[in-house]
Amino acid sequence: MSLMLEPSPEQLKAQKVYKEMGLSDEEFAMIEKIIGRLPNYTEIGLFSVMWSEHCSYKNSKPVLSKFPTTGEKVLQGPGEGAGIVDIGDGQAVVFKIESHNHPSAIEPYQGAATGVGGIIRDVFSMGARPVALLNSLRFGELDSPRVRYLFKEVVAGIAGYGNCIGIPTVGGEVQFDPSYEGNPLVNAMCVGLIDHKDIKKGQAHGVGNTVMYVGAKTGRDGIHGATFASEELTDQSEAKRPAVQVGDPFMEKLLLEACLELVQSDALVGIQDMGAAGLTSSSAEMASKAGSGIEMNLDLVPQRETGMTAYEMMLSESQERMLIVVKKGREQEIVDLFSKYGLEAVSVGKVTDDKMLRLTHKGEVVAELPVDALAEDAPVYHKPSSEPEYYREFQAMENEIPAVEDYKETLVKLLQQPTIASKEWVYDQYDYMVRTNTVVAPGSDAAVIRIRGTRKGLAMTTDCNSRYMYLDPETGGKIAVAEAARNIVCSGGVPLAITDNLNFGNPEKPEIFWQIEKAADGISDACRTLNTPVIGGNVSLYNETNGTAIYPTPVIGMVGLVEDIDHVTTQSFKAAGDLIYLVGETKDEFGGSELQKMAYGKIFGKAPELDLEKEEKVQAQILKAIRSGLLASAHDVAEGGLAVAVAESLIGSKGLGADVKVSGNTTSALFSESQSRFLLSVKKENQEEFERLVDAKLIGEVTEAPVLYISNEEGLVLAEQVEVLEQAWKGAIPCLLK
Amino acid sequence: MKFAVIVFPGSNCDIDMYHAVKDELGAEAEYVWHDAESLDEYDGILLPGGFSYGDYLRSGAVARFSNVMKEVVKAAEAGKPVLGVCNGFQVLLEAGLLPGAMRRNDSLKFICRSVELKVANNETMFSSSYEKNEVIQIPIAHGEGNYYCDEATLAKLQENNQIVFTYNGTNPNGSLENIAGIINEKGNVLGMMPHPERAVDELLGGADGLKLFQSIVKQWREAHVVNA
Repeated sequence: MSLMLEPSPEQLKAQKVYKEMGLSDEEFAMIEKIIGRLPNYTEIGLFSVMWSEHCSYKNSKPVLSKFPTTGEKVLQGPGEGAGIVDIGDGQAVVFKIESHNHPSAIEPYQGAATGVGGIIRDVFSMGARPVALLNSLRFGELDSPRVRYLFKEVVAGIAGYGNCIGIPTVGGEVQFDPSYEGNPLVNAMCVGLIDHKDIKKGQAHGVGNTVMYVGAKTGRDGIHGATFASEELTDQSEAKRPAVQVGDPFMEKLLLEACLELVQSDALVGIQDMGAAGLTSSSAEMASKAGSGIEMNLDLVPQRETGMTAYEMMLSESQERMLIVVKKGREQEIVDLFSKYGLEAVSVGKVTDDKMLRLTHKGEVVAELPVDALAEDAPVYHKPSSEPEYYREFQAMENEIPAVEDYKETLVKLLQQPTIASKEWVYDQYDYMVRTNTVVAPGSDAAVIRIRGTRKGLAMTTDCNSRYMYLDPETGGKIAVAEAARNIVCSGGVPLAITDNLNFGNPEKPEIFWQIEKAADGISDACRTLNTPVIGGNVSLYNETNGTAIYPTPVIGMVGLVEDIDHVTTQSFKAAGDLIYLVGETKDEFGGSELQKMAYGKIFGKAPELDLEKEEKVQAQILKAIRSGLLASAHDVAEGGLAVAVAESLIGSKGLGADVKVSGNTTSALFSESQSRFLLSVKKENQEEFERLVDAKLIGEVTEAPVLYISNEEGLVLAEQVEVLEQAWKGAIPCLLK
Repeated sequence: MKFAVIVFPGSNCDIDMYHAVKDELGAEAEYVWHDAESLDEYDGILLPGGFSYGDYLRSGAVARFSNVMKEVVKAAEAGKPVLGVCNGFQVLLEAGLLPGAMRRNDSLKFICRSVELKVANNETMFSSSYEKNEVIQIPIAHGEGNYYCDEATLAKLQENNQIVFTYNGTNPNGSLENIAGIINEKGNVLGMMPHPERAVDELLGGADGLKLFQSIVKQWREAHVVNA
């Protein structure tokens, strides 16, 4: 027996208990109307999690509908565990990104670890073998002890889970800015491979079929996690630590192998991860998607604590659990299959035809609700939107070139900025090689894994420059997609599709909602032009601490197909004598740039311009050059501008140098962050053919001596040993953590 | 020659080991689940890396009680080559097939990178295809690779030439005497923290590990030609 006395339906209404669960008065009235009576405590709990922003997207739906989600290669768009894209030969790639921001702010190790665990389950619930992990992280500045603690623990949590389960963490990004001080962002992405014939869905078809619970037992951890994720962080958030789940990667490894064996069985009808809102969302969504109902006896749910109530079981977010529907009469096969892995598979209910979710506990019906009301009928809000004052001010500003006295010193300092500096300290802790398919490891533009038994590979990346996003969310949104595509193209892949993680502040504030809308417009435009539909993603709103929002951060996770593994290209220069080319036009653009932040301690003005048509054309040229075997290296020019890009291409080159000539304003030439630019190197014998294919400017040559020389029309402006640049770049983050 | 790749619950480099042997070496290989009753049909035993049973206790401490370990001990006693890599090495230590113990890396962090190894002893069935003191590039990926043993054991290891691989240059984990891999007295059980099975294909950055597997096959062939 539970010692907690649950309030009666009448008390619930009179005392407005639903408000503590995140439901508004209007929403409570809607629920009363839908079910034609007062809901009890368990029922109101089910509604509150299913109608949370995290599960229902009630505030973001109108924005999400802007995204292009279809394409000739898209086999599964948004709505299932993960999206799926065809890669030919009967194979497909499955991927999705998801946030675990709020849990990571409170309990960084477990918050990050379970974020990884959750996204892996989303991928294998489709029937796919997870083959790679990526992430996108944001923290405050590393001079704060709390931030250093969060950073170290988040990285350790990601490593702890990914390394143990044996899926390589091959890429990602980390940026630092004060806006994330109290509210770090932890977004995890998983990529899987599947044969078309094995694709499974989370649907409860076939009246009379059996609903089975597989995996770890249910405990009291993570209750109301989805609700917690849908509110702002405050000084009181520490008290929400019990809403953070605890991960068990070993259990998930067993569950993964068992489920992939299960997928091959024709006894399986549907499968879904018990992620956010656990048993509630998996059962209600599986029934709703299939147009059926589900009846479950909660006494049968495996429990690891005694005296759990129906409310607690249904709202628990205990990890490493799946809900499956199997053909009636085939249950024993499933029990045997899971017992090989030491796992439980328990029949807990059946599929019905009445479109109701009916739960019994201790002989009583404890909840009886229409599945569509839970899964589909959450209210959709069209929040008011208004252009913020700061945006008008920034748009009115002229481009301003920061004053630079010493180019060499400036370059070295830029290389030491944590956002630019080497992330070796981070990826050194991730096993990025396990499964022995990693062709391009972390540290280049995009990671590449081979597909065993074929000539093909998959290129993957996560990207978002939230400074541009803050200055101008629409342009920033375009840039995020374009930059992800640049990374894929530089690695030798053709961009296929994206998954997005929309991290924003409180959508109830009109200025924040405006950021969401504009960013979505920019992302949608870029996705259309670059032919990379959105096949799924996640929305994380209310990323605010004590009323201050993070920078808008819609992280783009992109996957591309490398048609022949011989096309794989990296950013490092390869041989002395190779010619260095710059593609794209350099303008005096410093709004949101690393140099501006360093020079003024803040960002302002306009974000760099982006012409999507031009971007598309340039990317096509470069991909063609790569496929023709003409490029020795390819690197996109991003944060810190050309000088940083050249330094990065040198650092991985194992002892080469470069002699580069620039023209125009030298500060802009070296450090401007103009878009659609690439740094390429080409063997001399390929010069003619390359120049015929690509509109590029010859700016220098790779040299034998490991020194970087940059000169302008008047003479030498910068000379430095590559070793010194490398030490600055590599040493910055370890130094800040000491 | 036919290899068994032992799979404990939580092993995750089993696939790497399997493909290294099958695709790159061209030998036969089969996955063998931890509850197997016999290893008689196999000529060589490979214990892969990973996190057996989650390694929530000491690494390898639970796996050593696995059913198949009795058979691994039997195979070792019969003189078959037994190779434990990373978690496989940890299991061999826990099972007492090799002396010493593993501590957490001195940095207290998991480390994944390619490191230089020196072949300290090339007169074993696992290293005969290398030159003595040859420097090779092999990846490591572990959180507990800090090898330790008492002075008497170390003296014995040195005296019997049982230290097969050492870290060259920087020691990544703080192991005693830069030890990366050791062999038993009899010379048929090798444990090493670095992953030779991850270094068998130039496409993935290097193939210096291949010679280790070639050494095993070479020895086996020679033994079988003599016996024939």
